[in-house]
Amino acid sequence: MAWRRLLSVVRAMLVLMIGLMPLPMASAKSIVADIDHHLVAITTDFSGQDLLIFGAVDQPGDIVMAMWGPQTDVQVHHKARVAGIWVNRDSVTFGAVPSFYGIASSRPLIELLAPDVLDKYQLGVGRLQFKTIAADAPNVADYRTALFRQRQRANLFADKVGRVTFVGDTLFRANLRLPAIVPTGKFLIEVYLARDGKIVDAQTIPLVISKVGFGADIYRFANNYGFAYGVIALIVSLLSGWLAHLIFRRR
Amino acid sequence: MLGAILDWLLSFQIYLPIAETSISVVLLLALGGAVGFLSGLIGVGGGFLLTPLLIFIGIPPAVAVATQSNQVVASSVSGVLVHWGRGNVDFVMGAVLLAGGVIGSSIGIALFSVLRHFGQIDVVIAVAYVVTLGSVGVLMLTESIRALRRVRRKAPPKKLHQHTWVHGLPFKLRFKKSRLFISAILPMGVGAGVGLLSAIMGVGGGFMLVPAMIYLLGMPTGIVIGTSLFQIIFVSGYVTVLQSWQNHAVDILLALLLTIGSVVGAQLGGRIGVKLPGEQLRLLMAALILGMAILLLAELVRQPDNLYTIMSIGRG
Repeated sequence: MAWRRLLSVVRAMLVLMIGLMPLPMASAKSIVADIDHHLVAITTDFSGQDLLIFGAVDQPGDIVMAMWGPQTDVQVHHKARVAGIWVNRDSVTFGAVPSFYGIASSRPLIELLAPDVLDKYQLGVGRLQFKTIAADAPNVADYRTALFRQRQRANLFADKVGRVTFVGDTLFRANLRLPAIVPTGKFLIEVYLARDGKIVDAQTIPLVISKVGFGADIYRFANNYGFAYGVIALIVSLLSGWLAHLIFRRR
Repeated sequence: MLGAILDWLLSFQIYLPIAETSISVVLLLALGGAVGFLSGLIGVGGGFLLTPLLIFIGIPPAVAVATQSNQVVASSVSGVLVHWGRGNVDFVMGAVLLAGGVIGSSIGIALFSVLRHFGQIDVVIAVAYVVTLGSVGVLMLTESIRALRRVRRKAPPKKLHQHTWVHGLPFKLRFKKSRLFISAILPMGVGAGVGLLSAIMGVGGGFMLVPAMIYLLGMPTGIVIGTSLFQIIFVSGYVTVLQSWQNHAVDILLALLLTIGSVVGAQLGGRIGVKLPGEQLRLLMAALILGMAILLLAELVRQPDNLYTIMSIGRG
């Protein structure tokens, strides 16, 4: 984990160095942005967290932020009645589905960008595109809808995770809300500068969300050293059974 | 007032690292205690009650099953020590059952991984429960009703066991303590079958093994429980390690809390159990097993609220 933290620090420093350059000179960059914490620690009592994203633009414009969680393949099963009982029958697998997706903008998206631009950049939950990797059912759209419904209900796909506000014409800030059940892994926050219905510039901010603490250590140990973990679990249960016998025999 | 105390007690939540949920410590202790009490009363492990209950309170089925086998080790160790002290363990029979059990549970765990991969593990667990609990329950119920009638009529019990075709099988072995001279294939097959089912169901398998040893192998009842517990320690221990290794699904913290609850409950249950008549206890157990089977069957047949299940595969 240490290298990841180092990496994000280096990235943050790079971002700051670019930010410190006089704006007119950095003609390639019309936007700079950064985040208050590049690492979010999930402890056992984690109940969500606010992220502060701040930055500056060279000329007035609008800001759209899209937060992407790590992507995984997702299998959606449909239950059907087989011999009287409900079992998972047909399934559709979608590739590279973000485990989290959230949008924040300074004005409603539809006022800022044309629909084809929104589609191209996948801005808005309804505009997310997943590749269908495997399907053994013809009605793939139903499976896609079910996936969206589940993710939206769990607050994992949200069209509004925060509001971008401007301080003056060129400074902006946004509070993005991470829900309590936010997944872990490498996140990317894409910050777009929109002007006259077009995306003028963009910047990507990395974010790492990881579990910390005793529970996380156990989880990691169990997943990385399964065999040793199993042996320890066995020894613990043998000892506790023996101990129980000793305690109750003496009574 | 009582409600307030209950709320206060339930407020002690603990985060289970493998199950990845927070659950009340008191609830887990009480659950372990209640099931331990019943199992002490009746004389079986009680895994067949605990695993469905764990799933019911929100532990992922795969974790409930894997963790339960870890808890079974602890309760079987404390149980077998008592029976060992009384000389009620047939180690030769236990070893043969164990050889079969290791084969069966290895297949069971491989099957578990495959089914989990295809998203079918939950329904297979549930069906395995309904079928085994249903058949063992019916068997025990008819048997104990017959036995109760026999007690009333004061009729003599039937002879130890009938001789059938199974006694003609090769590899005959003498099991001194069980007073049996039968083919080793028979107990090995029983061990394998129970091992396979218990790996998938997350139970020690006592509720299947005990009737199988009495009715199929014809072992004397006094030896059966100690011997099955002895065998269960090894099979469950083996399953624990394998489940941890291949499926990463054993939650040490959950197992520990359940163990604390169940050993205390089992001691209380055991003390009350000796004062109650055995035939009625067996009737109670049969009713309990059947009740659980019916409950699980109803859950399988009922149309689920959400027909779609979503499963992430691999990590991006």
